[in-house]
Amino acid sequence: MIIGERKPIPEILTMLGDSKKVLVLGCGTCVTVCLTGGDKEAKELASLLRIKGYEADSLTVERQCELEFIYPLRERIQSVDAVISLACGIGVQALFEIDSEKNIYPGINTTFMGMPVKQGYWEERCWGCGDCIIHLFGGTCPITRCAKSLLNGPCGGSKDGKCEVKPDRDCAWQLIYDHLKKLNRLDWLLAIQPPKDWSTSRYGGHRKMTREDMLL
Amino acid sequence: MSWLKQVLQSGHFAVTAEVGPPKGSDPQVIRKKCDLLKGFVDAVNITDNQTAIVRMSSFASCLIAKDQGIEPVMQMVTRDRNRIALQSDFLGACALGIPNLLCLTGDHQSMGNHPQSKNVYDIDSIQLLQIFKNMRDQKVFQNGEEVKGEIHVFLGAGESPYADPLEFRALRLAKKIAAGAEFIQTQAIFDVDIFTRWMEEVRRLDLHKKSFILAGVIPVKSAKALRYMKNEVPGVVIPDSLIERMEAATDQKAEGVEVCIETIQKVAKIEGVSGVHIMAIAWESIVPEIVQRSGLLPRPVKGEITSS
Repeated sequence: MIIGERKPIPEILTMLGDSKKVLVLGCGTCVTVCLTGGDKEAKELASLLRIKGYEADSLTVERQCELEFIYPLRERIQSVDAVISLACGIGVQALFEIDSEKNIYPGINTTFMGMPVKQGYWEERCWGCGDCIIHLFGGTCPITRCAKSLLNGPCGGSKDGKCEVKPDRDCAWQLIYDHLKKLNRLDWLLAIQPPKDWSTSRYGGHRKMTREDMLL
Repeated sequence: MSWLKQVLQSGHFAVTAEVGPPKGSDPQVIRKKCDLLKGFVDAVNITDNQTAIVRMSSFASCLIAKDQGIEPVMQMVTRDRNRIALQSDFLGACALGIPNLLCLTGDHQSMGNHPQSKNVYDIDSIQLLQIFKNMRDQKVFQNGEEVKGEIHVFLGAGESPYADPLEFRALRLAKKIAAGAEFIQTQAIFDVDIFTRWMEEVRRLDLHKKSFILAGVIPVKSAKALRYMKNEVPGVVIPDSLIERMEAATDQKAEGVEVCIETIQKVAKIEGVSGVHIMAIAWESIVPEIVQRSGLLPRPVKGEITSS
């Protein structure tokens, strides 16, 4: 899922400036699950804004990133001075696409694609490189989870299973090593992985996907 | 042809020293360090923005060293340049007669003085070695296109005997050698026992016959510096007994030099160690004394090797 963290209140207030009527718009998908931008959080933020003197209300749609879910909101958006979107960056942009004249502000920082590893704790798992090779690495993505995206083994800073860059995080290569050892496939690590083709990733420029059979 | 390669191939125990470029534009800094080291080392290894702190480029510093009459080893890290820039600089280094290249991935920028910067890591050090080897031996760029001109560069890599998983370190070295590393500079050795066990594994895999291994050492000025390294520098293992020894010394600086010399003498006896790399960070002036007292003088001179 997409993980986000709510922006600090002072930053949100600065963005709102002298707006009076504010709609806090939650999203019912990823950011609901990561407890950042769902209905509950939208209501909380609206109530906080009311305390600060704004005429604030909240609303949550199933998915802010799909136009069919947000088209019906156009009139509602027209009736306020500003919208604080608690969706990821995709949802915020989608709102601009249906109504680019309103003041729409991102209420959260979209941080990564990841999962809840335990209650209240999320970690990044995928970078969206566009050419998945996780199976070669015992189920741990070195591109995402190694700070240097190394493809040929651990760097010289792996210590006690932890990463030198983020010492509270597992070293991806220790995980890879341990898992392949369990599978008795350590020989896979002896092969030299060639330079990765990054053209499928964001480095290749803005990406799109087309399904000819689905086009209307 | 690389002098360092000639020294190693002739069977001499090689001595190299690390030279850190200045955080400024004064070429005299490099010249002075080179003058200090001349005659005491076979080559100087010039770092590429080590610990991700901006300094004069390794490329420019290598040319200054070369003009000063000392052979440079140019470090190249993959943190800041993609395959386009690295291959381009490789050709430039070859054109300007830099005979040795050390391929590294480089410290993450979050450890340095521009932690807000974006990194590159388009390729890793093993891929870099392979690309340079193919440019030299197969005359092809990474994309398969032809490289024109002669290339005679001596390729090296770093390796840490101390990082985890320990049992994979020698195998990772084997990958580096298969990718093209002809000489290896190790992480600084303070724990000789772990290094000795790593060398046993290296010999078991015959890696010492396929590549020249230069054991890395650091002279340390104080127990405080040693403790700092133990806690802050990844991939370095420092036994507590060593810290205690330094703390007990009346002259810690002198003791640090003593420890360094003892380490050199110990590792020099280990089968498969072909030389030593002295990393006297911001203390290059101590290198001549260490080399001399370790019994590594005189250094071989040109003519001597070709005739032998």
